Amino acid sequence: MSIILDKVNYVYSEKTAYEIQALKDINLKINDGEFIGIIGHTGSGKSTLIQHLNGLVKASSGGIYYNGQDIYDADYKLKDLRGKVGLVFQYPEHQLFETTVFADVCFGPRNRGLSRKDSELKAFTALRSVGLSEDYWYRSPFELSGGQKRRAAIAGVLAMEPEVLVLDEPTAGLDPKGRDEILDLVAKLHRERQMTVILVSHSMEDVAKYVQRLIVMNHGSVLYDGTPAEVFAHYRELEEVGLAAPQVTYLMHELRKRGIPANGVATTLEEAKQSIMQAFSEKYSEQKATHWQ
Amino acid sequence: MNFIEARKLVHEYIRRDENDNVESILTALDEVNLDVKQGEFVAILGHNGSGKSTLAKHLNVLLRPSGGTLWVNGKDAQDAGNIWDIRQSTGMVFQNPDNQIIASVVEEDVAFGPENIGVPTTEIWKRVEKSLKSVGMIQYREHSPNRLSGGQKQRVAIAGVMAMEPKCIVLDEPTAMLDPNGRREVLEAVGQLGKEKGVTVILITHYMEEVIRADRVYVMDNGKVVMQGTPRAIFSQVDTLKSYRLDVPQITLLAYELRKAGVPVPEGILTRQELVEALCQLY
Amino acid sequence: MLRDITIGQYYPADSVIHKLDPRTKLMATMIYILSLFIFRGLAGFAAVTLGLFLVILLSKVPIGYMVKGLKAIVVILLITVIFNLFLTPGETLVSFWKLRITEEGLRNAAFMTVRLIYLILGSSILTLTTTPNQLTDGLEKSLRPLNKIRVPVHEIAMMMSIALRFIPILIEETDKIMKAQLARGADFESGNLVKKAKAMVPLLVPLFISAFRRANDLALAMEARCYNGGDGRTKMKPLKYKGADAAAYLLAAVYFAVVILLRSFM
Repeated sequence: MSIILDKVNYVYSEKTAYEIQALKDINLKINDGEFIGIIGHTGSGKSTLIQHLNGLVKASSGGIYYNGQDIYDADYKLKDLRGKVGLVFQYPEHQLFETTVFADVCFGPRNRGLSRKDSELKAFTALRSVGLSEDYWYRSPFELSGGQKRRAAIAGVLAMEPEVLVLDEPTAGLDPKGRDEILDLVAKLHRERQMTVILVSHSMEDVAKYVQRLIVMNHGSVLYDGTPAEVFAHYRELEEVGLAAPQVTYLMHELRKRGIPANGVATTLEEAKQSIMQAFSEKYSEQKATHWQ
Repeated sequence: MNFIEARKLVHEYIRRDENDNVESILTALDEVNLDVKQGEFVAILGHNGSGKSTLAKHLNVLLRPSGGTLWVNGKDAQDAGNIWDIRQSTGMVFQNPDNQIIASVVEEDVAFGPENIGVPTTEIWKRVEKSLKSVGMIQYREHSPNRLSGGQKQRVAIAGVMAMEPKCIVLDEPTAMLDPNGRREVLEAVGQLGKEKGVTVILITHYMEEVIRADRVYVMDNGKVVMQGTPRAIFSQVDTLKSYRLDVPQITLLAYELRKAGVPVPEGILTRQELVEALCQLY
Repeated sequence: MLRDITIGQYYPADSVIHKLDPRTKLMATMIYILSLFIFRGLAGFAAVTLGLFLVILLSKVPIGYMVKGLKAIVVILLITVIFNLFLTPGETLVSFWKLRITEEGLRNAAFMTVRLIYLILGSSILTLTTTPNQLTDGLEKSLRPLNKIRVPVHEIAMMMSIALRFIPILIEETDKIMKAQLARGADFESGNLVKKAKAMVPLLVPLFISAFRRANDLALAMEARCYNGGDGRTKMKPLKYKGADAAAYLLAAVYFAVVILLRSFM
């Protein structure tokens, strides 16, 4: 069970003066149950890439295989794929249109041809899982706060019960608490339902904290693909393409330069804390040891 | 007198039903006091819905106070006759870069403000050039805004305000919709305004990293000012900030965690450099 | 894709046409459009063609770029051709089943197609070489006399220029919302007319809401920058006729005279 991208190319406005190659020879294998982060500056191709995963954009050349099936086969049902690979766009609350939150969340399952009752059941489960209080379910989506609207919109995608959840900057425009809440929600979905999650983000701190595998896009190609620690070890190269490593990664490097033996691959606050504590406790236990001798 | 003085400023959004009966009252600003000196860089922090944008809109008289007093540039904001004077002295940049650019050519957009206040043509040209240069966008003067990046659009918006030669510029979450590079561009442009032109800057944001350079920080919650002080003093109070749905920069948080775990680094560390120095001294 | 529509988008270039006063260009465009409906015969056609391509050449807008703008009217063109081809009575050239193509039909179809293409090309020169702001300035100033009969000329011009600025943004937005709903399994294509119309609701509701939100934001932004209607405003680029405009008026007049003369002599 996986998504395989085989030499995927995508060219905008082909054969005109405005031709742009948005994706260049992308080869990727996305395995079941992975939590993947995609980073890259605006225009690096990350949004185009994720729109290929559910067939919204068709590659100019190359193949995409979902669970071994070629999604570009003439008899492959793209509409079904869109149910299996749920895509949450940037500012997803801008797509809400129904009179109540609940009706809006039913939209996805209804489109999959489910009966009213089944759709409502799925909407019910989805709204529960995003933690939106029942008080809001039968209100107009436009009465909700920014964070609540976003949850409702994510529920709208979850109600289709996708196997893969792709989120394009789900925290954009939210305040710090709202950002944490959404990311925790995503992490929970991955943990409890073994859902494959692909998170597009601008925040190095966020991806370092949450994902297991990090893909760096640059000028339409995959620049790095590895664990956050592996990728952020290339912090100099990342800077050259307009990206950066988390603040704590830099801190570790600077500490080591100044003679504190802190682990260089720390990418999260917790890792940094552990490694600094380690360095300090080693030093102090040595001192104590020499003191006692 | 301070450039901005708000005393017990109140703003209520009143919702009425079809029969004009009051359905509900939302107090967006609850007795807010605010003092900003000419040339200061003040940041206002707060989560979404804390009232910070409502406050910002008062400084430019886009909203009128329901109660209390507000003086901007020595003019009473309650007096309808002062609206245009205040708007001229206090410019405003908004969150969405697309929704505040009026013209289809960069330089014509920058000219929009000066045109409205009746600046003579030759002077408009000078101002447009000067303000586009100050935000580093002069080479795009004849471009269409549609082809610019978010950061570039916001810099055009800032230039548009600067061309009116205000004494103060209020930026209402100017970076909320931008990527990290766009954010950096905008913050650099904002930093220049304060330092080089002596313009009073009021930056409203929920990105904590952005307020480190501010002279003073106000924190809002539930329509009230709940904290105020230097960035260092504010960021020393990690738990209090968290209770207001806010956050501190990652480095400050790390220093705080280390302190809790027994490494005696000082309170209120703001930058990576400060933490490196503090740790080296302890080691 | 939707963003490929180039019709009416300003094309920056340093040309004589770009520098003309928008009022001149407006007037010349009107004359040109009028000429399209009165020219007759091959000589008239030649005169119009010569005029059009001379101006295109002078405007320095690549012809390929302009032709791309025609894509938007392909359907209208096809309908015109079909109607004229099959529905004009006259001498039959070819016939099959119940349809027959007449000589007159062929000629009509050819002329109508040319007229339409020339109409779009000619009027797009106006919008390609004139920024929307200049264009609305031109309209505002040309229509100023209407102010006396209480037509809010400035406001109308301002609204037009804002509409032009937001068209590409709203097109992009439509694209985005469409994709988002497709991702939720929406189907905009299959089904009968009623079903298709219903399928537009998830697209149109968010689009209208977005447009209202943008309008609200924009109104605030304009007020914040001291916009208070047209009174007391100055202009960065006030309209002033120059020598080139006089020449352009003259040329337009000559062109028009030639087209009329050719029509009466043929």
